[in-house]
Amino acid sequence: MKPDLILLGHGSGGKLSHQLLNDLIIPILSQNTQTDQNDAAVLAAPPGRLAFTTDSFVVDPIFFSGGTIGDLAINGTVNDLSMVGARPLAISVGLIIEEGLPIPDLQRVLQSMRLAAETAEVSIVVGDTKVVPRGKADKLFINTSGIGVLDHDYDIRGSLAEVGDKILINGTMGDHGMAVLACREGLTLDTSIQTDSIALNHLVHDLIAQCGTGVHVLRDPTRGGVATTLKEIALQSEVQITLDEAALPMNPAVAAACSLLGFDPLFVANEGKLLAFVKADLADQALRVLAQSPGGQQAAIIGEVTAKGPGQVRLKTAIGGLRAVEMLAGEQLPRIC
Amino acid sequence: MKFQQEYRDPVLGRLQLRAIAETVANLDRAMVLMEVCGTHTMAICQHGIRSLLPKTVRLISGPGCPVCVTPVGFIDKAVALGRRPNTYLATFGDMVRVPGSSTSLLEEQARGTKVKIVYSPLDAVTLAENNPGIDVVFLGVGFETTAPTVAAAILVAERKNLRNFFVLSCHKTMPKAMAALAGDPELKVDGYLCPAHVSAIIGAAAYQPLVETYHVPCVITGFEPLDILQGILMLTRQLVSGTARVETQYRRVVKPHGNVKARDILYQVFRTCDASWRGIGDIPESGLQVHSRYARFDADLQLPAAVEAPVEPLGCLCGDILKGKVGPRDCPLFRKQCTPEDPVGACMVSSEGTCAAEYKYGAFGDTI
Repeated sequence: MKPDLILLGHGSGGKLSHQLLNDLIIPILSQNTQTDQNDAAVLAAPPGRLAFTTDSFVVDPIFFSGGTIGDLAINGTVNDLSMVGARPLAISVGLIIEEGLPIPDLQRVLQSMRLAAETAEVSIVVGDTKVVPRGKADKLFINTSGIGVLDHDYDIRGSLAEVGDKILINGTMGDHGMAVLACREGLTLDTSIQTDSIALNHLVHDLIAQCGTGVHVLRDPTRGGVATTLKEIALQSEVQITLDEAALPMNPAVAAACSLLGFDPLFVANEGKLLAFVKADLADQALRVLAQSPGGQQAAIIGEVTAKGPGQVRLKTAIGGLRAVEMLAGEQLPRIC
Repeated sequence: MKFQQEYRDPVLGRLQLRAIAETVANLDRAMVLMEVCGTHTMAICQHGIRSLLPKTVRLISGPGCPVCVTPVGFIDKAVALGRRPNTYLATFGDMVRVPGSSTSLLEEQARGTKVKIVYSPLDAVTLAENNPGIDVVFLGVGFETTAPTVAAAILVAERKNLRNFFVLSCHKTMPKAMAALAGDPELKVDGYLCPAHVSAIIGAAAYQPLVETYHVPCVITGFEPLDILQGILMLTRQLVSGTARVETQYRRVVKPHGNVKARDILYQVFRTCDASWRGIGDIPESGLQVHSRYARFDADLQLPAAVEAPVEPLGCLCGDILKGKVGPRDCPLFRKQCTPEDPVGACMVSSEGTCAAEYKYGAFGDTI
């Protein structure tokens, strides 16, 4: 009888490992047959500059409303490549599995990874699996690295924000962080909040096609949320950013959950959002691109670069006040990605 | 959640601001209003309310952040208990980063102490129930809002006949501390924005002695921007007309006699005691200890632990900040040695602390 739990032997490199790879992991994640397996993937080098990134995922729980650790791991790396304007080409997957993980759970995660990779049109070309004793990891950790290619000559970097740039977001803030929190043990939040995890590469492609050199900065506001990401950009570009609280798009359920638990949604993580700094005269055009993308109905212009400066972010509050926005200090929500 | 945006309406906000400006127009000196509660401090900073008020209306922050007023010695005691074998400490999250004399619970956790963050005292009871061989010590920190929930947890633990659930109580009560501040000759508070949820338990009547003894206006105020502006307006009107009485702005929640049932549970399980407030010192009858009827749940009695004399951090002005005498920017450690990542004083640790609020929100014309 086949065990339905991951055993230490599944990571031994021996027979059980091969079974796990050939019966489960490779058939789901890759079209490669056993005869294609080698120690490294060999890729054709495309013309243009390459982008390379890596990210590790330790989200707890591994299943949450609207997503899994698996699609998060694919989308996260696809999005990191997209934020420098690269087209994702190939992804690696490293699995660190805690002994005792139910194999159906692993299967569900792998299937969500495959679906995410198909949606993003990126290939998973190489991988690794380790199993650690019970208690030495928590269910499943995933590392993904990705290579992308820049098909254009534009520079998109955190240091290129210019005075006058409009700042856009492609939808509501804080959905991912609150979706994960709502699924945590010990919190019985009955909400409809779902993660916003989504691959942003197609959106970025359209945005660059439409606005070209008018796109100065792109960044996905993941851990630390919109506030921390904008503060990073303000510091990198040495500018002052002014946000308009009334323009910040919020899902009412997320706003309510944040209010209940004492979180500031500006600091809550997103996994399918981007912040775009766009030249003012192209802002409306960029907004249309964002609004037409999946989940982008609430895309909005949320602020602008108001001056040169030592990296300040200010918020015009809904009630008319003015206050500072600083980076997230400490962990607002541990292990949300 | 309904009724959030409604309390942030900019048009109504402008009307209230105009009314405040008109009320204080002929005032020849600045009036000092203290928001007692940490949640008010945070809301005032988050919505940039100071930047909207006339220069003659000055808001100062008070001692109403329970984590901030928890004395160093309490952390030291918790650290000592956490080092006992087979012991879990259960606590609300903010407490883990508060520095004790030489270490914090976060550091102790890295060294092996089992610290469990809970969202409700009842979670700590469940933890004890699920771990019969382990002593679970809940760190009871908070004012009259939190204490009834801890009392209820003790009652549940009694009903379940748990022998491994304990409460280390550092609970405090608000009106006595406000009276201590009102009687401080160095500190001139012209009016109090009284805490919203504490008042929901203790009722508006609890502030009557304060008003009568010190002739200081008290307005129980909600946490949304329009609540706060209206509370300020009510205080300025009392001050200008020379009256001092208890008023309730937050009428949708606070009743004159509060929540009788919660108070009954509270004083069934706890009894009043003298308490030490960080930065303020000892205030008679301002604390809550586990009543002798429930002595078997009292960690202070049941789990003796050797704790050395507490050491206060050098140079930290938390004490004067908690009394509203100085602001965070007056402290030489602020933003230098003392940051949210590496806090020296408790006011920087708590998400409701005055220094944390100033650090997070207060850099533009909105200084405290």
